[in-house]
Amino acid sequence: MAALLEVNHVSKQFGKDTKALKDVHFSVAEGEFVSIIGPSGAGKSTLLRCINRMVDATSGEIIFDNRNVLDLKKKELKTIRTKIGMVFQHYNLVNRLSVIENALHGKLGNKSALAGVLGLYSIDEKEEAMKILNALGLADLIYKRADQLSGGQKQRVGIARALLQNPRMLLCDEPIASLDPGSAKVIMDHLKNISTNWGITILVNLHQVDVALKYSDRIIGINNGQVVYNGSPKNLTKDDIQLIYGSEAEDLIFDVGGIHAS
Amino acid sequence: MRADYFAKKKRNTLSVLLILTVITLVSIFITEYNVVKGITSVPTAVQWALSNFYPTKESLSKLPDILEKLKETLLVSIAASTVGAVFALFFSILGSNTTGVNPLIKSVCRSIATFFRNIDVAAWAMILLFSFGQSSLTGYFALFFGSFGFLTRAFTETIDEASGSSVEALKATGAGYLSVIFQSVIPASLPQMISWVLFVIETNIRSATLIGLLTGSGIGFTFNLYYKNLSYDIASLVVIVIAFTILSIEFVSNYVRRAIL
Repeated sequence: MAALLEVNHVSKQFGKDTKALKDVHFSVAEGEFVSIIGPSGAGKSTLLRCINRMVDATSGEIIFDNRNVLDLKKKELKTIRTKIGMVFQHYNLVNRLSVIENALHGKLGNKSALAGVLGLYSIDEKEEAMKILNALGLADLIYKRADQLSGGQKQRVGIARALLQNPRMLLCDEPIASLDPGSAKVIMDHLKNISTNWGITILVNLHQVDVALKYSDRIIGINNGQVVYNGSPKNLTKDDIQLIYGSEAEDLIFDVGGIHAS
Repeated sequence: MRADYFAKKKRNTLSVLLILTVITLVSIFITEYNVVKGITSVPTAVQWALSNFYPTKESLSKLPDILEKLKETLLVSIAASTVGAVFALFFSILGSNTTGVNPLIKSVCRSIATFFRNIDVAAWAMILLFSFGQSSLTGYFALFFGSFGFLTRAFTETIDEASGSSVEALKATGAGYLSVIFQSVIPASLPQMISWVLFVIETNIRSATLIGLLTGSGIGFTFNLYYKNLSYDIASLVVIVIAFTILSIEFVSNYVRRAIL
């Protein structure tokens, strides 16, 4: 499979001496489900945001669909962004709008300024939104206001919004960090399903190593802004985890062997 | 160690109290304010008000005139608030951290708003008296400048607070600037913004009375006129009408606020 995304020697510096990312290097194939794990503050969120340029990388190149994202002009950047959906830890919905309105926001990238300002969506777009909300189990909630939903439901709306962009890739920034285990499983199952059945590439930041091991095709471990592990979940050893999480690994509350066995 | 911690806290509280007392005493000394006389004159003042300051039957004949002036004041206050809000919306979008387009425009917008906000409405009225003389236009502009400055600040904070995260999400979908503003910032902040505008209308009606005294227009002028003519009965009627208006406006705006939030 051809690489959809290549991150080549990317560094990001905040201010004078805070290096968030140091020479990060990896690639993601079309349709792959990749998890990025690492301790808080390791640079996972910054890395994801560099890919769609919500944060500008200091150096290196990021090739998405054969184009270097870092060279793009404003207009081309918007076009690329419509191909990359993003899912957030805190859902980032417009709380006062309904589920369907929030989902349709995924279509704004392809609209003229006037249609975007007035919020004009075609019948086809609305039907597509209904179809996707249905697939995510939100059929009964489409006219509900976003602030009346539970966390798991909000996150599914966030996924619907990203899917309505017809993206080639989804960037998920800690999508289950604020959810209870049940809702977290529902969300991860949806993401896995989107990857397998829709062929959409998924790059997801995770805190839970066990979840990453269970769902991903590949795991990238980041510590202190550097990639310290890049490989299949099957080959991830206790030593690797120690490398990713540093001294914290001693206290990690799960057993790698146990998960591989199951 | 711990005992010392609490002793230190107590010392801090005591020294703050001490400083406040000293400031009060020094001010009393400088202004030669007689505390005892100040307090004992209150009953006399109340007695005077009760015997002179109430509307009589004859004063009611002036009611149509008063209501006419009141209408003018109300409309001027509302117009100043709403027009101020339109300008404030524009400046706050350009000045907010979430939606500002570039740092220079951002700081220019903020500075303009700060300038208008930090000059009090009464001070604006006095400044504008030179250009527009004693007319309701002076009052209108004074209220407009004050409302504009205050609302820009309030709107900026509302935008940052209410829409920060959804702006990020919509930018990530590739949506254009105007789409982001109209689909995320406005719907997320509108109720809070309307609530601020209602608040400004209320305060403007209050200040309009005072500004009328300065600019010789509106209900403030009416009050001043009758008061200086020693027609205390009519002046008191004006006060009652103003108080009644302010209370009803507050009632209405509270109702609207509950309905939209």
